This record gives sequence, structure tokens and C-alpha cells, in this order.
Amino acid sequence: MKVLVPIKRVIDYNVKVRVKPDNSDVDLANVKMAINPFCEIAVEEAVRLKEAGTATEVVVVSIGDKKCQEQIRTALALGADRAVHIETEESLDSLNIAKLLQKLVEEEAPQLVILGKQSIDSDNNQTGQMLAALTGMPQGTFASEVKVDGDKVNVTREVDGGLQTVALNLPAIVTTDLRLNEPRYAKLPDIMKAKRKPLDVKSAADFGIDLSPRANVLKVTPPAERSAGVVVESIDELVEKLKNEAKVIS
Amino acid sequence: MTAPMINARDIDFLLYELFDSESLCNRQRYQDHDRTTFNEVINTAKQIADKHFLPIRNKLDNQQPTFDGKKVHLIKELKPALDALQESGIPSATADYEFNGMQLPPIIANVAGAYLTIAGGTALGYSMLTTANANLLQAHGSKELIEKWVKPLREGRYAGTMAMTEPGAGSGLADLTTTAIKSEDDSYKITGNKIFISGGDHDLNENIVHLVLARIKGAPKGTKGISLFVVPKFLVSDDGSIGKQNDVALAGLFHKMGGRAQTSTALSFGEKGGAVGYLVGEENKGLQYMFHMMNEARVMVGSGAAAIAVGGFQYSLDYANNRPQGRLPSCKDPHSPMVNIIEHADIKRMLLAQKAYAEGALALVLLGSQLSDDEKTAETDEAKAHAHTLLDFLTPIIKTWPSEYGPKANDFAIQVLGGHGYINEHPVEMFYRDNRLNPIHEGTTCIQSLDLLARKVPMNNMLGYKAILAEFTKTIAAGNAEPSLAAYANQLAEALTTLNKTTDFLLKAMGTENIDLVLANSVQYLSMFGHIVISWIWLKQAVIASAALKEELHINEQQFYRGKLQAMQYFYRYELPQINHWSLLLTTLDDTTYQMNTDWF
Ligand SMILES: Cc1cc2nc3c(=O)[nH]c(=O)nc-3n(C[C@H](O)[C@H](O)[C@H](O)COP(=O)(O)OP(=O)(O)OC[C@H]3O[C@@H](n4cnc5c(N)ncnc54)[C@H](O)[C@@H]3O)c2cc1C
Ligand SMILES: Cc1cc2nc3c(=O)[nH]c(=O)nc-3n(C[C@H](O)[C@H](O)[C@H](O)COP(=O)(O)OP(=O)(O)OC[C@H]3O[C@@H](n4cnc5c(N)ncnc54)[C@H](O)[C@@H]3O)c2cc1C
Repeated sequence: MKVLVPIKRVIDYNVKVRVKPDNSDVDLANVKMAINPFCEIAVEEAVRLKEAGTATEVVVVSIGDKKCQEQIRTALALGADRAVHIETEESLDSLNIAKLLQKLVEEEAPQLVILGKQSIDSDNNQTGQMLAALTGMPQGTFASEVKVDGDKVNVTREVDGGLQTVALNLPAIVTTDLRLNEPRYAKLPDIMKAKRKPLDVKSAADFGIDLSPRANVLKVTPPAERSAGVVVESIDELVEKLKNEAKVIS
Repeated sequence: MTAPMINARDIDFLLYELFDSESLCNRQRYQDHDRTTFNEVINTAKQIADKHFLPIRNKLDNQQPTFDGKKVHLIKELKPALDALQESGIPSATADYEFNGMQLPPIIANVAGAYLTIAGGTALGYSMLTTANANLLQAHGSKELIEKWVKPLREGRYAGTMAMTEPGAGSGLADLTTTAIKSEDDSYKITGNKIFISGGDHDLNENIVHLVLARIKGAPKGTKGISLFVVPKFLVSDDGSIGKQNDVALAGLFHKMGGRAQTSTALSFGEKGGAVGYLVGEENKGLQYMFHMMNEARVMVGSGAAAIAVGGFQYSLDYANNRPQGRLPSCKDPHSPMVNIIEHADIKRMLLAQKAYAEGALALVLLGSQLSDDEKTAETDEAKAHAHTLLDFLTPIIKTWPSEYGPKANDFAIQVLGGHGYINEHPVEMFYRDNRLNPIHEGTTCIQSLDLLARKVPMNNMLGYKAILAEFTKTIAAGNAEPSLAAYANQLAEALTTLNKTTDFLLKAMGTENIDLVLANSVQYLSMFGHIVISWIWLKQAVIASAALKEELHINEQQFYRGKLQAMQYFYRYELPQINHWSLLLTTLDDTTYQMNTDWF
């Protein structure tokens, strides 16, 4: 069974995110980048399937500029067998990513595609679902457990009320939630091996898809800073302020 | 968000801007590497630090190892953390491929070690000592010894120690009394007492390999009669199976100010007739073999000191950014919000001091790692020899300066936190205690200063001295080429004049005056040289920073380079001028300490 895992290069979750002064976007210049944590969980799950003998090959794919080969290398060091880099300088929205992935799914014919449920930069939570719609494959989103059983995969989903388990016919799409597994870190010999694993670079432009954006970002603003408190002189003043300024009592 | 252990941007700066580590990949030994593998290794080290050591750091400090008369007890969380470290491949990362290493450049391993040291403190000592032990055996042991001991050491099945110190022989190993008597089967019977042996007993590993310094019966007195032996905790038969316990007994544990993760042991060898030991290399060359590893061991001590200084700096910086307290002197309005303490000039002073000490020390120890690499892998024999000369000369400074100023940085970290720095809810007081060992072991500060002034400076017609001064001069020229740095370059040039004058004076005085008096202020000489080396390292960083600032830069980058320039300025204004005072004491042969009568205390 072949497993395809799309991964995204995003700002490292330890980095304090700043917005560009012109409010056009999040500021990514010279900040530490990493694999999106949910994608890392997806890689881990695929590698575990391989270690358990369920999967035979794990292929990772990343779409982006040359730099995302760093994250591809990380995924290869974590245990993926080979990688595809779909190169583009554009920052693509979820639908365009899903369309490119659809083409790759046609080409690779994986039995399982495991994606992160969302990326921690744009927080869209769309790509997996869109890919399912485009490919017509069944989807199990927000997975906290994935069990392959013959030509089915049972996916336990984290839903509002608790857990729901769905059985999907393979080939299928799974998106990972936080509790699916705890990803490993790369061991040094695997870091060395990763460099020698096959990496296939394709240009996004060659996929024959109209990649013009469907959504435009108008403005990005940081969350409002909590303003400083004030010292009140008396209880009366406090009550007055709570009534008339904060309007939390009447 | 918790404080970062290290500023990752500074690591990038040091590795890829100051030392050009990426170019190492052109060397044959490192041809399988690229910047991505370097970064991945560092990332793995950071993750192990985060996942396995940070969560138990406090517990390791608060629950020291205990000895119930039979067995040593360690907290149960330690072994899984060390196992994870071993499995990651980091302990043998720099070793050759054929010894399961990944031929990682030492400078990268040093950075990986910094993360682990900040998170794990002396817990890492078990692993580091084992690696050092294996390296020593591999360099000087016979094929049989290597086969039998190095392999399981590298696999992490056995642990290693260095057993040199005795109750009567610490700084002066020449006086050690542990003895060895040859048996019929060419092994030796070892008898004697060793103290302060780190990792000397525990059951984290199947076996412990002590590398013991002892005198073979009849060998000459002093350093010329010392040999090195492998003395295992358990004997091992030829098929590799563990046999009976050797005649090595744990006499007790020491309870330490810091570094509490690692056992510090008193070991008795030969209480029941003699512990079985195997000679390493030739008789009477033991100390020489030990010293062979000493440069690396001393760079390692400096590196630990620098890392802990960095850890404290980052922690107190984060704290200062988030602790509101007081108002600026100009603000009289009690209704105004308090400022975060980082706004106070004095807090900035203490943070700048830490930045200057910690980042200066880190740059210095990375230079040490790079030189230790260059002396083996540089492109030409000339470059190898040059690196060897520089490293040999700088070793006392690479060991001592971070060890002296690392704890000072940690002292400032405590002060930045105020009362919160004095309690164990924050790690800064632990950093201080951990770091305080570093001026003591691997040769105390005084021993290093004597090594520098009495040996390294005059050695080989001042070859090392001249080599490092030539490096200083190059950087001064680079500084002078940049108008905004010329004042600092001049200041460093003046410092060199002072250094030359002082050195000339002392070398002459060594031939004509009472040598005890001439060497009485050797520590001042080391301080002076150390401060000049750090000023040089900062000027090198400043040259890069000011060149970078000429470009259109992102605000984060501008701030980073401005910070480098300001820390450099701090060191030149607040620290470097002290050398004039030290020079004065030295060139007047100030005899205050020398003349102090021991009865007058
Ligand atoms: C936590 C810890 C871990 C250690 N780990 C190990 C280990 O694993 N293996 C091992 O073999 N040892 C180990 N040691 C021992 C360490 O190397 C010694 O403590 C060190 O060499 C100093 O020796 P000493 O303690 O006997 O002090 P001393 O030699 O008694 O020194 C006391 C003071 O006298 C000064 N002094 C001594 N001689 C001179 C001199 N000739 N001129 C001027 N001043 C002098 C010193 O500078 C120092 O200030 C460890 C020590 C500690 C505390
Ligand atoms: C062991 C111990 C015992 C104690 N016992 C008592 C006790 O019995 N009773 C009691 O009431 N308290 C006690 N304290 C509290 C102690 O007095 C405070 O810790 C001390 O006043 C510092 O305050 P802080 O810890 O809040 O540090 P902070 O005030 O937060 O100071 C942190 C840092 O900011 C600097 N800073 C703060 N304000 C300014 C400013 N305006 N300008 C420049 N720099 C500034 C400080 O110099 C310090 O370096 C004790 C503390 C300890 C650790």
C-alpha cells in the first residue's frame, strides 16, 4: 500500500508571529521555518503504517519554493521513502494546492493520502476536504486513530461531542488531529540517509492548472494588545467605570 | 511562551556568518553533509533537550543521587532520557563512519551539545565522559583493547570515566600514589583511592570502564612515572560476556553544589588484593595520553560554561521582557502603568553584560571546536599546523574565560530576576551552581594561568603568541576599514601594545627576578589575555554586523545586528579597559599577595 503525505513549510510554532508593517501579510522574513505540526503528525502516522507492515511506501510531497526542500528532507529523515517537490514561487491558496495534489494523486495512485487537518499559518482547514471532493475519495478528517483493515480504513474522528469512527473504502483521504500520535525526531543516521533518498522536482506550471488565486488577502492585523490597566481611587469609581465604560454591570 | 534556550539566529550567525561552516562540506571528510544536515542534527538535539531533559531538569537538581551502602540510586527518569540520547546517534556523531559515527564537524556537535547542556546539565556528563573515554582508548589503546572496550562504549552499553584525582593529588597529579603491579598474564593489579570520579558508579549501563592513572611499582616519581589503565567495574570475558565484579568499590558519594545529575564518587581500588587493570599504550606515558585529550576536554569545559551562560541570558532576557516593575526615574505618575523591567537602564546593563559574556564565550568555544577540527581536516598541512598552534596556545583561555565569566553571567541573570532568581522555581540559581564547577575541574584557573604564562607564551620561540597576535592584527585592519568601528579597532590595537609590553616585561623578569614573584599574578595575565581575545572575537562579529547593516534589511535582521554592535560596544567600554589595571599590577611586579605572610591572616 502506498501512502502519500503532503507537507507544508510554515513558520516554526515557537516563533512569535509578527505582521508586516503594511498589514499585507504575516512577516516571514528570516524567521525559523518548520514542517507544519499537523503535517508532521501525518508523516509519523504514515511511517508507523510502514513500520507495522501495512504500508509499503511513503511518499511525501511539498508545494512551494526551493526552500521547502528543507522540510522535505526532514520528512525523509523521519522515515518517508521518497519525495516530490512541486516547485512554485507563488503562495497558493487551498484550492490550487488541492488541484495540484489531485494531479499527483492521479499519477501516484496512493491507497491513502494523509494530510494535516490545517496549517498553523493560514488555519484554513480546507485542503484535505477539497482534495477529497476533487478526487471523489472518501474522507476521514480530524483523525485521532487510523486503522487499516483490509480494503477499508477505520478513522476515529475528534468531533464536538466526543469521538466518531468512520469506515472508509480505500483509497481514502485522512486528515490528522493533534492527538493522533506524537511525532518522533530524526535520528542522526536517518538524517544522513535522507540526503540520498529520491527527490523528484516538478514545476507547478507544468501541471496545466490555472493557478490564479481564488481568494485575496485584503489585510492582516495582529490581535489587539491588551491595554494597560488603570488604578482607581475608590470603590465608587470602580463601580462607575464597570457600569459606564465597561458596561458589564448595570 | 517559555524562554528559548538559545537564540537560534545567533547560532546561524556564528555558524554561517562568522565561521563559514557551510564551507566545511567541501572537505572530503564532510562531503556527505550540507547545511540542511547540520540544521537537522541541531534540531534533533534541541528536540531531545526539549522532550527528554527539560522536563526532568528540576528533579535532577533537587534529587541528588543517593548511596545506600550497596547501590547508587538515581531518579528513574534519567535512564530513558539518556537512552533516547544514545539512540539518536548524537554521542558518537563526530566519530568516523566505521565507528558508527556520522563524521559530523565538531563545531556542529558543539552547538548540538549546547542545547543539551542547557536542558540536561551534567546528565549529559555520563554520555560525554563515555565518548571522551572511547576517544582516548581509540587513540592510544592496542587493537585488542579497542575491540573489547571501545565498541560497547560507542554503543552506549558501557559507560566510561576518567579516574585521575586522588585525595592527595588534585591539581598536582605528579604526586599520585595509586599503584599497579604486573601479573603473570600481563594484566595489572591496581591499588589506591580515587576521589571526585564523575559517573564512577551507577547502574545506567551494563558496565563502567574506568581509565585510571596509576604508577607501576618501581616507576620514577613525578609525571614521568604515570601509566594509564583500563579498569572495568565488571570483568569481561573474551566472548564479550560480563563476568564477576572487579575489585573496585564505591566508598561513597559526594554531595555537590551543582551538577547534581551526575554521581561524584570516591572509589577504592584493590581493597581485596587488587583490581584487574589493562595497560593502555606504553608504560609511563599515561599522563601524556591524558594530555593528548586535554585540549578537547578543555574546549568541552569552556563549551559547557558558555552554554550555561547563554541559557541564563536567554532566560533572564525573557523574564525582563515580561516582568512589570517600577517606573523610569523621569516618571512621577503613580497612575501610569509600570514598565517591564527591561526598560530600566540597570537591567539593560546586566543583560548586555550577559550578552557580551555569553555570546562572546560561545563564539570563542566554537572557534576552539573549529580549530580542533582544522588541525585534523584543513586542506593543507600548513593550515593544519597553524590551527594546531592556535588551539594549543588558546586552550587555557578557551577553558578559563567562559568558566570565569559564565558564572558571572549567571550571577547577573539571578540579579535580573531579583528575589525570583534566588529560588528554584526559576533555573538561574541552578545555572550558577552548575557553572561554578568549571573554573575548578580540568585544571583550575590558576593552573591554566601558569600554563599560559610560563609554558604557552615562551614555547617554540613564542610561536603561538605570535600566531594569535597576527590574527588580532588582521581583525584590527578590518575594523579600521569601517569608519564606525575604527575607534574600537584602535582601542584593540592599544590593548595589543599593552599586552606586548606586559609580556616582554614578564618574560625578561622570568630570567632575572624571583620566579615565584613573577608568577604571583599569573591569573591577572590570563584575565588580560582573555579579555583581549574576547574583544577580538567581538570586533570580528562587529565587522560582519556593520557590513550586513549596509544592506536593506528586514527589521528583525537590523535589530539582530544592532544588538551585536551594542554588545561589542559594551565590552569595549565596560570591560576591556580593565586590562590596564591588570597590566599595571603585572609590570610593577606588585608583591602584595606574594609578600602576604601566611601567619598574618
Ligand atoms: C564535580 C567535580 C567533578 C570532577 N570530576 C572528576 C573526574 O571525573 N575525574 C577526576 O579525575 N577528577 C575529577 N574532579 C577533580 C578535579 O579535577 C579536581 O577537583 C581539580 O583538579 C582540583 O583538584 P583539588 O580539588 O584536589 O584541588 P587542589 O589541587 O587542592 O587545589 C585547591 C586550590 O589550590 C590551588 N592550587 C593547587 N595547586 C597549585 C599550584 N601549584 N599553584 C597555585 N595554586 C595551586 C588551586 O588552583 C585551587 O584553587 C572533579 C571535581 C569536581 C568538583
Ligand atoms: C530569600 C528571600 C527572603 C525574603 N524575605 C522577605 C521578607 O521577609 N519579607 C518581605 O516582604 N520580602 C522578602 N523578600 C522579598 C525581597 O525583598 C524582594 O525579592 C526584593 O525586594 C526584590 O523584589 P522582587 O523580587 O520582586 O524583584 P523585582 O522588583 O522584580 O526586581 C527585579 C529586577 O529589576 C530591577 N528593578 C526593579 N525595579 C527597578 C527600578 N525602578 N529601577 C531599576 N531597576 C529596577 C531590580 O533591581 C532587579 O534587578 C525575600 C526575598 C527572598 C529571595
